[in-house]
Amino acid sequence: MHKYLPHTKNDLEYMLNKIGVDSIDTLTAHIPKSLRYTKPYGIPNQLSDLELTKVLQNLSSKNKPLTIFRGFGAYDVYTPSIVKALTSRQEFLTSYTPYQPEVSQGTLQYIFEFQSMICEITGMDISNASMYDGPTATAEAMFMALAETKKQKVLISQTVNPRTIEILETYGKYRNVEFIEIPSSHGVTDFSELEFLLDDVAAVVLQNPNKYGHIENLDGIADLVHIKNALLILNQNPQSLALLKTPAEYGVDIVTGDLQSFGIPLSFGGAYAGYLATTKQLIRKMPGRICGVTTDVDGKRAFVLTLQAREQHIRRAKANSNICSNQSLMALSVAIYLSSLGKQGFIDIANLSLQGAYYLKNELLKNKMFEDIFKQVHYNEFTLKFNGDPLALDAYLVENGFLGPLHLGAGLLTFAVTEKRSKAEIDQFVKVVGAFK
Amino acid sequence: MRYYDKLIFEISKPGRIGHNLPTNEFSSVKLPKELLRNEPAQLPEVSELDVVRHYTNVSLKNFGVETGFYPLGSCTMKYNPKINDELATLPGFAGIHPLQPNHIAQGFLEVYYELATYISKITGMDAYSLNTYAGAQGELAGLMIIKKYHQDKGDVKRNKIIVPDSAHGTNPASAAVAGFDVVEVKSNLDGTINLESLKSVLDDTVAGLMLTNPNTVGMFEKDILEVSNLIHDCGGLLYYDGANLNALLGIARPGDMGFDITHLNLHKTFSTPHGGGGPGSGPVGVKDFLKNYLPGPVVYKTDAGYHFETPKETIGALSAFYGNASVYLRAYVYIRTMGEENISNVGPFATLNANYIKESLKHVFKLPIKAHAMHEFVFDGLSDQSTGIKTLDIAKRLLDYGIHAPTIYFPLTFSQSLMIEPTEVESLETLNHFIETMETIAHDAITKPEFIKNAPHHTVVRRLDEAKAARNPIVKFKDLSL
Repeated sequence: MHKYLPHTKNDLEYMLNKIGVDSIDTLTAHIPKSLRYTKPYGIPNQLSDLELTKVLQNLSSKNKPLTIFRGFGAYDVYTPSIVKALTSRQEFLTSYTPYQPEVSQGTLQYIFEFQSMICEITGMDISNASMYDGPTATAEAMFMALAETKKQKVLISQTVNPRTIEILETYGKYRNVEFIEIPSSHGVTDFSELEFLLDDVAAVVLQNPNKYGHIENLDGIADLVHIKNALLILNQNPQSLALLKTPAEYGVDIVTGDLQSFGIPLSFGGAYAGYLATTKQLIRKMPGRICGVTTDVDGKRAFVLTLQAREQHIRRAKANSNICSNQSLMALSVAIYLSSLGKQGFIDIANLSLQGAYYLKNELLKNKMFEDIFKQVHYNEFTLKFNGDPLALDAYLVENGFLGPLHLGAGLLTFAVTEKRSKAEIDQFVKVVGAFK
Repeated sequence: MRYYDKLIFEISKPGRIGHNLPTNEFSSVKLPKELLRNEPAQLPEVSELDVVRHYTNVSLKNFGVETGFYPLGSCTMKYNPKINDELATLPGFAGIHPLQPNHIAQGFLEVYYELATYISKITGMDAYSLNTYAGAQGELAGLMIIKKYHQDKGDVKRNKIIVPDSAHGTNPASAAVAGFDVVEVKSNLDGTINLESLKSVLDDTVAGLMLTNPNTVGMFEKDILEVSNLIHDCGGLLYYDGANLNALLGIARPGDMGFDITHLNLHKTFSTPHGGGGPGSGPVGVKDFLKNYLPGPVVYKTDAGYHFETPKETIGALSAFYGNASVYLRAYVYIRTMGEENISNVGPFATLNANYIKESLKHVFKLPIKAHAMHEFVFDGLSDQSTGIKTLDIAKRLLDYGIHAPTIYFPLTFSQSLMIEPTEVESLETLNHFIETMETIAHDAITKPEFIKNAPHHTVVRRLDEAKAARNPIVKFKDLSL
């Protein structure tokens, strides 16, 4: 017997008798003998929860806990205890996709609330129910643009996170998408030649704040792009939108990004979630699930998956996307997180990150090893030139309990600060960095 | 379950907060005005208790695996063990940055390596990448591997992916996303592939065939070796959709059947929670000759420990970091909890449970395929179809009894499909309760059909006007006041 397998010997006999066979093997006798697998797999024997707890504690102790000043798509944010408590409720955690809406109103309602919050934050008309992660959401946005414009060329700024570019290229190369890089200058996208690059272009892909942490000024860019019938896609850390001009205000067509900065634990890169929001015009080109409002036969307000004629389970090979899930539990986690922050907390937490980052930068610049070669406006990440050995610095910081900046090459170091970094921690970090030889 | 109508926005009151932030010790920073938004985002303003009570009430409108029996065919709604959640969120896992150097993230890398090893052994494959987020993305990765493999051999005319007409919709959709033409071939009545139909589309433009085994009606593809030979003889590759792997644990391995590439759904076979639609996880596995094509990075083991490396001929990158790490931890804990002794009982017990229900209900439900099923099977509505009661009505009526509906109207092979998958975790008593309930519904379909047609009666909302939602899409709170 095993705790997950309830059949007693009597149960087995009773059931086999009812079916009218003498053994379970008889039920599978149609499987060719040569394919029957009868050997042990060679995996370890079962452990009790108690034993396994020790195994996992031991494994987790091989991951060194550090004070984190690294970001680049994953941020050391605080997860309020209510997030874990509420997302652990079995009604949310163990349910399937809400295909039976009468018993899935919980999932459908929080998806609706999530979509509403994403629209508030981005200013866009419509958000889907979430996607795998930020970069893949951007790839799906690219596919929307290919379908909408019937063109195959995509411009990507050099200031987009290189992993995002890699993912776009992976998704694109099997569909013969041609990629062209928009150069950067002083750590921001150089738009000076953009209008000459836009012929036959389906989409322009930008990131804000960009990979260096710098805030891109996108005034007028959407107009340039739209004149040539291309779409503007923006990947944006949504936390920055507490302060920054919204994608809607810039005239962006599709905005995507990763939701991890909304209180999702780092957890070595997952599970996170991506978001994708767009304009009314593109609603029927959207990938993924969308929740809408309707009424039941008694006239009660109710929520339901809608516009499903876009999706794979109806359209098969002609679907907008092959996606057949969302990171639903993470969307719930985000809805709870943003509710708990509220209108003012959302702004306050962004200011903590922003101001902490400026404080750290100014303190570091007192050290002659660092140089502010870009002099750009940034959010919670910034990039400095380091006049020393970046690898040695990294190892030294780890020795001293810090996950330091990410080395982008050529001595460029990108630092990140979140609301979790106190002034004392930053001061200590600067002091340790100052002692590096 | 209980009806609760309020949206979080509707209980908002200006000035309330649900979160105490650290004291801000920094001086203020003024960003240039032209970079700032005009209006703050109108997020709800609620106290912490408001948030907790709201989402608790919202949760009570949902049915979960712990609420009751969840026989949703092809979704493998097994129990999601609590210990998995507890151990996957230990601080030494939850607090680790993905760009932390390999040598100080050895715990994670070891779990990745060991999990890939376990699932390789269980499926008979040689290597897995854990970079894909879900079954559909695993499929996409597999199809990219097929494409690149042929291209690298200079065999560029292979643009066709064959999919049986009984396949899940993601198969053709993924093939299209990977830039293939999709060719559907006919299935036999029992959902197995029709060899004549298959042979008629085989030529030197075939890149591969995607197959679920057992198929979507729960039948083992008994001609699989011949299918494998046919595909390989014409130069194609064979892709295994792991949606129904649960049936095979302890019985057979896809790797022994000639499959070159697989994806697994850890949220099905390996007990990780469905989470209301995700996060799932869809690792992609291959035979040795394809391992250099896997999406990277993949964990390797040397005397110095574990490290990430991107395979030489990789199809590329498919996730920001390394897939859903927290889901992998749960699957790892599950496999270790089951262990060698028990994991091979999963397929046989799942098969026993499905056949027990099938044999117990075939006197009142129409059983289109008489043969022994594996982990799931299909009824084609009620035996007595004169009542006018459809599969949809049966599904909705089940909800009134606190039982989740089976998968309905899939596969498309039958007009009234009710696809039932009990999984191995359900006891004889639970199965009997389901059987009795189904018998009652079949009986009531004759005696009070109108009542059944109007089901559900006891859920928090009743049947919905789905057409209205699509006609006039209201997709956010602000749309409600328009």
